[in-house]
Amino acid sequence: MGPYLLRRLLIALPSLLGISVVLFTVLALAPGDPFEELATNPAVPPEVRTALRIKFGLDDPIAVRYLRWLMAMLGGDWGFSFVSRVDVGALILQRLPTTLFVIGSAQLLAILIAMPVGIYAATRPYSIFDQIANTFAFVGFSLPTFFTGLLFILVFSIWLDWLPFVYRSDISAGGWQWYVEHVRQAIMPIAVLALFQAASLTRYVRSAMLDVIRLDYVTTARAKGLGERIVILKHVVRNALIPVVTLVALQMPSIFGGAIVTEQIFRIPGIGSLLISSILANDTPVVMAVTFVFACLVVVFNLIADILYGWLDPRITFG
Amino acid sequence: MHERQLRGLIARVKAGDLTRRAFVQKMLALGLTAPMATQMLDYCGVAKAQGSFNYKPTKRGGGGALKVLWWQGATLLNPHFAVGTKDQEGSRIFYEPLAAWDGDGELVPILAAEIPSRQNGGLAADGLSVTWKLKRDVKWHDGKPFTADDCIFNWEYAADPATAAVTIGSYKDVKVQKVDDHTVVVRFAKPTPFWADAFVGTRGMLIPKHLFADFVGAKSRDAPTNLKPVGTGPYKFADFKPGDLVRGEINTAYHRENRPYFDSIEMKGGGDAISAARAVIQTGEYDYAWNMQVEDEILQRLEKGGKGVAVITAGGNIEHIQLNSTDPWTEVDGERSSLKTKHPVLSDPAVRQALGMLVDRQSVQDHIYGRTGVATGNFVNNPERFVSKATKWEFNVDKASQVLEAAGWKKGADGIRAKDGKKLKFVFQTSINTPRQKTQAIVKQACQKAGIDLELKSVVASVFFSSDVANPDTYPHFYCDIQMYTTTMTQPDPELFMNQFASWEIATKENKWQGRNITRWKSEEYDKAFRAGEGELDPVKRAALFIKMNEMVVGDYAVIPVVYRPRVAAISSKLQAPLSGWDNDLWLLSDWYREA
Repeated sequence: MGPYLLRRLLIALPSLLGISVVLFTVLALAPGDPFEELATNPAVPPEVRTALRIKFGLDDPIAVRYLRWLMAMLGGDWGFSFVSRVDVGALILQRLPTTLFVIGSAQLLAILIAMPVGIYAATRPYSIFDQIANTFAFVGFSLPTFFTGLLFILVFSIWLDWLPFVYRSDISAGGWQWYVEHVRQAIMPIAVLALFQAASLTRYVRSAMLDVIRLDYVTTARAKGLGERIVILKHVVRNALIPVVTLVALQMPSIFGGAIVTEQIFRIPGIGSLLISSILANDTPVVMAVTFVFACLVVVFNLIADILYGWLDPRITFG
Repeated sequence: MHERQLRGLIARVKAGDLTRRAFVQKMLALGLTAPMATQMLDYCGVAKAQGSFNYKPTKRGGGGALKVLWWQGATLLNPHFAVGTKDQEGSRIFYEPLAAWDGDGELVPILAAEIPSRQNGGLAADGLSVTWKLKRDVKWHDGKPFTADDCIFNWEYAADPATAAVTIGSYKDVKVQKVDDHTVVVRFAKPTPFWADAFVGTRGMLIPKHLFADFVGAKSRDAPTNLKPVGTGPYKFADFKPGDLVRGEINTAYHRENRPYFDSIEMKGGGDAISAARAVIQTGEYDYAWNMQVEDEILQRLEKGGKGVAVITAGGNIEHIQLNSTDPWTEVDGERSSLKTKHPVLSDPAVRQALGMLVDRQSVQDHIYGRTGVATGNFVNNPERFVSKATKWEFNVDKASQVLEAAGWKKGADGIRAKDGKKLKFVFQTSINTPRQKTQAIVKQACQKAGIDLELKSVVASVFFSSDVANPDTYPHFYCDIQMYTTTMTQPDPELFMNQFASWEIATKENKWQGRNITRWKSEEYDKAFRAGEGELDPVKRAALFIKMNEMVVGDYAVIPVVYRPRVAAISSKLQAPLSGWDNDLWLLSDWYREA
């Protein structure tokens, strides 16, 4: 286990380095600079833009800029945003809790929905419940989050006027009113993300269950005279969940991706909306940092999935 | 309109025959700005009208929270670094200038005790200096007094090239001197007719010396106050998350009595314009939303709910079509559209005139922009009621065909006109933006009828508006025959705006396409008029010069104005907010209140 982990981490380093080179080059080659708005404003002399470009080192060759970025990064300095001139690390930390809260709750809700539905559907394949669950799952993961998000806003905010559709990071109310307000504004974005996740997860749980439920040892358990509840929960679910756990871990990075759009729609001040506004403003240090964080997440969660797999399934050994 | 006629009008205002506002409207129609018009009146000693906004609350505070939506959130709160208007607006909650421009283009004192004029001795007769008297007993949010030293400091701070302040243009060529603790003099290097630039409006917000003194020049980014503003404004800083939120609490020691009305302000950023309009007009979740770049049709549908309305404010943005004076298809010394060439076809005045008649502005207004884009024939803004005679526009396919026919452009077998083997075929480019593509289609249709073939091209906005020297598709390169975009007039004086037709401003490879004259249109007469306008101290004579310049540009079809684009904001029906097209939306935030 120890040597395996070490080897995996050592392999991860060059891939992260490669990712950072590609990201940096693509961003550096992309058109536009963060001071475009100044260019169209006649009251700002062109020298200001030139001075800013020099000050922020934008006129140096790409290789030099990359090395400078890498050295700073290794020292824990993420650079500062060209647009707000705030340190990128501070910006990301400011936004991270909101994103974690929304994504975490969504994932939790998704699991809470998918598990019982998937398990129950698999124990009664092709029953009416199974058919309905399948249909909903299909609809759920076919609809992109930007569509369901807008649909929810239209129905719950505009037609019914029940929920606000602008997410506020600091709610002034105190006491339990604060929690009520927070839940009210978080319901829609969390539900949008959770439903999308739950849909694919349900199908996965169901098919994993069906794979296991036909195996001989399940028949043996039943033949021993164990109750159906115990057979399903103790013998089937435990084994069927092995691939599901990996799937959940592997899906984490893609949830971050899905949250980008949802955050933009509901104005959630998370990492995703930070990424979008930084892309629109050509704020390269922030874009670089956020995408690099996403890249790290993919690598880390892949590693976690592999380790979890070995831990859950003793047949697998890390050689 | 000549100087004599202008003086006649001013005399009528003085005598009371003509209202101040009607005079300003007339000047707008002639391509001047409202601030320029009011300066003429002040110069000629016409008494000022009372501000049109009536502030009713009789005590400070008690109004609850004011919630405003900026779909592009403020990213920094130092007015000297404000890249776009969103940053200026965020800063404006806390910082104030000496004076601001109201909706009628009148200068209103904010931190100044009075507006300098010839009568009160504030303006020097030689145009070389302005004396500002500061309001007394104004305190920064931390309790320190606001004095002349702060003004001096702002000048030093912004004028230092190492600070790289975006406001440098307003401060680098002036000298500011302290007379006493509450009087400063701004001295100009040469006679300056437009004196209300430094310390005024969007570029005049003042930051406190005692908190920024150690952070001038290269260290400017490190100032902690960049993120925690301490100003003189109606609200004190409470919280700031770049791009997301700006929050302010009532300033109980604000220098104007009974103000502000609200107890706190929250400026939420992010999202998109349409849903921002919904949150104000339809659901009433927010009180105000800025810059509604939304189709008028949608706005009208939302307004039926009755919780809010879209407010249109006159400003100086114009969607216009530019005709290239040089040849974009021949390369000379490594650049196309070079000054050494002449456009083979567009140099024919008849073709330009015909194109001018083929732009169906009325349809563009009716079917695309609605209230948010008003058809115009003037290059500078123009309320429809006062269309200037000289720059009248018409849409007439038959007449355009006649003009072309008379100039010898005959229709060929393919329906496209040609003369001497040169065909009337043009490439027409703009940025990708639905209304623009629709406008392109309307123009193409009319041109087709008249025998002109337009090839439409659209470029991604981030490329089109970039300053990338290596990319041939940016608007300053203008490597095609015709192009269309909106030019913004961000300052109250047209001088900087009109320099885009001066011959020394032509964008070339040599100046890395940083010149502002994109059409490459050249006229000695224009250059002369512009130079004269720069130093002309009599605002009336100066105005006459600018009117003439406007007529020259439009009359020669260097550009074809399409629609004038006013500023659109969404506002709750109960909120009372004085807005101005010549300053920030929040220029008088202290006077915003909600009606019961």
